[in-house]
Amino acid sequence: MTRKQRRLTLIGAAAVVLASAAGLILYALNDQIVFFQTPTDVVAKQIPSGQRIRLGGLVEEGSIERSEDAKVSFRVTDTANTVPVTYVGILPDLFREGQGVVTEGIVGPDGIFRADSVLAKHDENYVPKEVADALKAQGVWKGDDTTAQ
Amino acid sequence: MIVETGHFALVLAFVLALIQSVVPVWGAVTDDRRLMQTAAPVANVLFVLVTLSFAALTWAYLASDFSVVNVWENSHSAKPLIFKISGVWGNHEGSMLLWVLILVMFGSLVALFSGNVPAQLRAAVLGVQGWITAAFLLFVLATSNPFERIVNAPIEGNDLNPLLQDIGLAIHPPLLYLGYVGFSITFSFAVAALILGRIDAAWARWVRPWALLAWVFLTLGISMGSYWAYYELGWGGWWFWDPVENASFMPWLAGTALLHSAIVMEKREALKVWTVLLAIFTFSLSLLGTFLVRSGVLTSVHAFAVDPERGLFILVILCIFIGGSFTLYAWRAPLLKQGGLFAPISREGALVLNNLFLTAATVSVLVGTLYPLALEAVTGEKISVGAPFFNLTFGPLMIPLLLAVPFGPLLAWKRGDLLAATQRLYAAFGLALVAALAVFWLWGMKQVLAPIGVGLAVWIMAGSIAELVTRTRIGEVGLSRGLSRLVGLPRSAFGTTLGHFGIGVTLLGIVMSSAFQTELVRTVRPGDTFDVADYQLSFSGLAPRQGPNFTEQVGHFTVRQGGTEVGVLDPSKRLYQARGMPTTEAAILTFGFSQLYVSLGETRADGAADIRAYYKPMITLIWLGTLVMSIGGIISITDRRLRVGAPKPARAKIAGLSPAE
Repeated sequence: MTRKQRRLTLIGAAAVVLASAAGLILYALNDQIVFFQTPTDVVAKQIPSGQRIRLGGLVEEGSIERSEDAKVSFRVTDTANTVPVTYVGILPDLFREGQGVVTEGIVGPDGIFRADSVLAKHDENYVPKEVADALKAQGVWKGDDTTAQ
Repeated sequence: MIVETGHFALVLAFVLALIQSVVPVWGAVTDDRRLMQTAAPVANVLFVLVTLSFAALTWAYLASDFSVVNVWENSHSAKPLIFKISGVWGNHEGSMLLWVLILVMFGSLVALFSGNVPAQLRAAVLGVQGWITAAFLLFVLATSNPFERIVNAPIEGNDLNPLLQDIGLAIHPPLLYLGYVGFSITFSFAVAALILGRIDAAWARWVRPWALLAWVFLTLGISMGSYWAYYELGWGGWWFWDPVENASFMPWLAGTALLHSAIVMEKREALKVWTVLLAIFTFSLSLLGTFLVRSGVLTSVHAFAVDPERGLFILVILCIFIGGSFTLYAWRAPLLKQGGLFAPISREGALVLNNLFLTAATVSVLVGTLYPLALEAVTGEKISVGAPFFNLTFGPLMIPLLLAVPFGPLLAWKRGDLLAATQRLYAAFGLALVAALAVFWLWGMKQVLAPIGVGLAVWIMAGSIAELVTRTRIGEVGLSRGLSRLVGLPRSAFGTTLGHFGIGVTLLGIVMSSAFQTELVRTVRPGDTFDVADYQLSFSGLAPRQGPNFTEQVGHFTVRQGGTEVGVLDPSKRLYQARGMPTTEAAILTFGFSQLYVSLGETRADGAADIRAYYKPMITLIWLGTLVMSIGGIISITDRRLRVGAPKPARAKIAGLSPAE
């Protein structure tokens, strides 16, 4: 092989790897990302059942119901709209009524959101940023003094 | 008084760092020996000053001096001693001080252990270290002063975030920082080479130990962080593709590429320009990681306090260093002479392939980490990029790389023989096939990917040993001759073998624990017995217990296997009084490499509790594999050729290029 051929082989290999990496990234960005939605979005946008979303808001006061084998249902609200949620599993330590929560899962055909993961706060001062922004948009944000993140 | 001394030492260190930034570099450029000689002593004094400052802060924590804002916000007099010490870096200000302490420690180490490096290069390296030190000291002093006082000192402190009150805090951040910051040395070497406009094989030989050292610490730091998250968060997961994890994983990937390209440069003088670029890229990713974690752009347990001013400050440092070094690179890199010619099928070719895939993988992680931030900044739309994205991008890029791992060390430099290498790997391939078939036979079609994954893991493990077998020719010369040849091999050969073997071990742990884990979520009442995999767990109830600064509800489980008791599990839910914050403490029993894991959820008045129980086969291999990799790295550092200076003939050959000593 001449010097030129060797260089071309190298550049060719690099191009193939980088192109496939770019292809994979673009495909995955189209298909595998999850959008954050508020209860109002869910109601207004008519999100088709089966689509994966992140739903964030406040856990509505008095809405948590626990049943056998760690099944739990609650409602997520942004004060304008609410979405009922079911989840099976252990909830985070700081999951409480009236507090911010982000859940990930799919909207069922019956309009109930089936969460497969529930994220609450990392420490008592922290409100998920998406939730804080959503609440600010609804005008029900209760000051920044409690959110020294 | 002690606190003020600490603050003063830090200010003094900043002034010295400014001197270190200018004087030695000027000396190196103008070839002024006296100016260059200031570099080493200044670096050592800097280390002493920052150590003093760090000791002063530690003292304030030990003495529970709540007149210091930082101590008041993050400590409590009832906190156990170990957490008073580790609490020093369990907050933004203290952790940045630790960052700087490690930075100047590395500077001092370079000053002490690089006697074989030409004076000009050494002075320039320490000068560039001075730039980084000055920038971060200014950041600490201007925006994150840990020594700030309160006028009316409170009687009690606010305590540390309970999630951080764990032995993990004493180990994970220092290790991770040693890794992150360690790559500043390779960065400084790269920038110094660009400033001086010359670089040779000896450069790679001086840089490689530092890169290896940083890589070992980063490997251990990430691994420790992963295990900590696994047992502390109570979700049983060990990697979440969380942006904070990615922030540490990206420099690791780039650093791994750097280790490999530096070998090519050292042995064959090829890939010089690329290696310099990788060195800059790796530390840039370390800085990016520091920015992502410390600025509060990402919300996580790692972002202690969000202050826009701080975020902006780190962003400015980031832009100056990354932008500046890449500009310098674009300007000066064409000066560096390319060398070394090689065929595509050769050791060099294999290492280039390694670099290609690792860099592409780094970029895929980078895109997945930054895309949500960029999208939100531009359109305001909020998305999350999680495991599915990375499984689809990072995963496919890793498979060809992992398949190729055993071939690399078996190919000769310049022009390799793929067929001969393949023949030497027949045994490894056979073992991998047997392992894959065994998994398939035992579990069938239930887990389609498991046989492939196990086969790949065994292929890497057996294949990495193939190099030792080939080099000792143990099959031809007999066992005793073979063993004596084994002892005579250079240590870097063992380093390579262990490094690659460790990847196989980790992969085996990942595949086995994710394909064959048993997960159970249920409500248990006192007296209940239930099965988790082969184990029978009996729940005997909850009991309250009082800890030093928390109260807890402890669940008691007796674990039996086939009727005989094999252990107990006591998971608990704690409530830390000072912050009123609950945490979950999982209980873990290890059997061989496998673990039984129980964490407690909601507890009820009638003594019932929701629990989550897992049986995770071979999960500890994930972390043991990283340990094997790290041991490989340490053995490589001790290789003789990296300890001695450049050999005399080589030095004579490049005499025209290297500076007079």
